[in-house]
Formats: sequence, C-alpha cells, structure tokens
Amino acid sequence: MAKSKLRKTFVEPLGKNNPVFVQILGICSTLAVTNKVQNTMVMTLGVTFTTALSSWTISLLRNHIPSRIRMMVETMIIAAFVIIVDIVLKAFYPEMWKQLGPYVGLIITNCIIMGRVEAFALNNKPLPSLVDGFASGLGYTYVLLSIAVVRELLGSGSIWGIRILGSWWTNWSIMIMPPGGFFVLAIIIWVIRETVMKEESHA
Amino acid sequence: MHNFAIFFASIFTGNILLTTYLGMCSFLSVSKELKTSLGLGAAVVFVMATTTPLNWMVYQWLLIPFGLEYLRFIVFIIVIAAFVQLTEMALERYSEGLYQALGIFLPLITVNCAILGASLFMVIREYTLATSFFFGLGSGIGWALAIVAMAGIRQKLKSAKIPPGLEGPGITLVIAGFMAMAFMGFSGMIALT
Repeated sequence: MAKSKLRKTFVEPLGKNNPVFVQILGICSTLAVTNKVQNTMVMTLGVTFTTALSSWTISLLRNHIPSRIRMMVETMIIAAFVIIVDIVLKAFYPEMWKQLGPYVGLIITNCIIMGRVEAFALNNKPLPSLVDGFASGLGYTYVLLSIAVVRELLGSGSIWGIRILGSWWTNWSIMIMPPGGFFVLAIIIWVIRETVMKEESHA
Repeated sequence: MHNFAIFFASIFTGNILLTTYLGMCSFLSVSKELKTSLGLGAAVVFVMATTTPLNWMVYQWLLIPFGLEYLRFIVFIIVIAAFVQLTEMALERYSEGLYQALGIFLPLITVNCAILGASLFMVIREYTLATSFFFGLGSGIGWALAIVAMAGIRQKLKSAKIPPGLEGPGITLVIAGFMAMAFMGFSGMIALT
C-alpha cells in the first residue's frame, strides 16, 4: 500500500502533473540558459537537488514552523541549499559558474520549489516529500533538456558542445537568441497539450 | 551619460523579461487584464528601483567588509521581503487609495524572480550606486512595458480563433517571442553590459 502510494508520488510529476506543462511554473530561472545543453543540465541538477532537499527539510520541521512566518522560513531553507549549490559550483567548476552567472541564485525564486513545499511538504511525511520533490525536479529536468537540445542543435549545430550537423548546416542564430526560447517552449507545450493531455481527458 | 545608456538599454535591448525570461510566472498569469497588469507593473517599477540600490548598499557596505559575499542570496531576499512588507504597511496606514491600487500586488512581488535578478545582475556587472538605481528603474519600466503591452494584445486576442492546445500560455509565449524580436531591433543602438 505504502509502496504503491510512493510510486504514484514519483510518477505523477513526470507525466500528467508535470510542473512545466500543467502549471507553466518555474521556467524563469532556467529558460535563459537553455541555449546550451551543458548549462541546462547543471542548472536543472541544481533545481532538482534544491527541490528534493528543501521539501525533505521543511517536511521534517513542518510541525514546528509557526504558520505566520512560514514563507520566510521556507525561503531561508531554500536559500541555504542554493548557497550550497553555488559554493560547490564555484569551487569545482569555476568556468561553468561564471557562465551561469546570476541564474544559480535565481533558483531561490523558482516557483516549483516553493510550490512543492507549500502544496506537498507541509502536509506530508519526510520520505514522500523527498520523493515528490525529486520527481518534480526530474519532470522539470527533462522538459528543459528537450528545449535545450532543440535550441543547441538548430542554433549551433551541436549537442553538448560536440558538432553533430556537418558544415552544410546553416545555424539558425534566432534559436540561441532570446526569442528562440519562447518559440520552442510554446511549440513543446502545444504538442504535449494536443497529444498527451487530449488522450487523458478522453479516457 | 553612461547612466542614461544603462537606463535605456535596460528598458529596451536588455529588457529583463524578454531577454532573460525573468518574472515569467506572474507575466503569464497576470497579463490577462490591462488594469491589473498596470497595477502590478507600477508596483514592480517602484520595488525594483528601490531594492536594487538598497541591496547595493547592503552588499558594498556590509557584506564585502565582513567577507560574507556568499550570503548574498539570503540577505538580498530578506531585504526585498522586508522592504515589500514595510511598504505594504506604510501604504495601508497613510494612503488608502494607493493601497487599494497597489496593495494586493505587493505580496506577489517578493517571489518575482525579476526583482532578485536585478540585484544579482547589479553585483555581477559591478555597477556603482547611481548606476544600480538607473538599472533598477529601467528594468522595472521595461518589465512593466512588456506586461502592459502583452495585456493589451491578449484582450484583442479574445475574439481570435486559436488552436485549443495553444490557448493560454502557449499563445502568450509565441507573442512574447515576437515582442522579444521587436525589442531586439533596438540592439544596434545601445548594448547593455
């Protein structure tokens, strides 16, 4: 019983409750770096780490946080985890840290993290909260990664910095510029809503 | 001269919403009505123009002397939250009309990534105090301009026939893409560094 519930907690954020498609939440902090797959991977790993661990921590403390200052406490816990991500990046991958610039810090205001904490972690036990946070992070990761793959492939002819398309390929420079991000995300949302979501509403 | 360049660049070529996607969440959800987006836009301009120089002072005069730069995320977000809270209380007490107009938008602003983003950009680009004020003001105006324009377009769109899967966020993102292209047209004039 408990196991199947945990599995449900894990699967739902990947599919029909995906934070990006259904609620269009939390794209602010990462969309800007989706012109390169590598940067996106690092950012989404940071988001997943922060979502999972802050959900877990807040769930542990849920009976001790006074509800009046709850938002403040939650923000502080999230910020603490983001600082860990920032310091680790700065120490081990200084090049990557420089490229990501302010976006690592902006993970704090990523609505997905606060959303999962408010909607799930405050009313559930630590383990399910950890699973829920981790799964939401993964659901977020694969959507952003697919945007990044499209943008980098069309915009620079490469994936992960490795040239895929030959010299015959003319780079679509619009793809690596800001408008490209808007268009690719709009198209992905459109496709998903027309196919996956439609089937579900029929069933 | 330099400050004015930064000011105009942050409104147009480096528009914080259209080039760095910051503040998307409230942009997508609030841009349905012209009146509410005007209110939210005004609140963002005010908060951004005040918290960016405020955070500059905190960062330069408190965090750097004590070697606490790594705490900037927490400190910035506390400064922003506290400032928003104080403004809300002051408005409620002294200006009934302004509170009615802006009050409900203020709590939304603490979680608006664009506000924190402006402060973080200010640190990375090593602005001076005056420049950070102009940068905050310009970014706020740019954000407000984008959301008000979007609300106007979306009101016209109500009578348009849109494929069902593209309704709502989808079409908003497409329009935002076109707006970003239009704003990029200014980039030959001034660049934001």
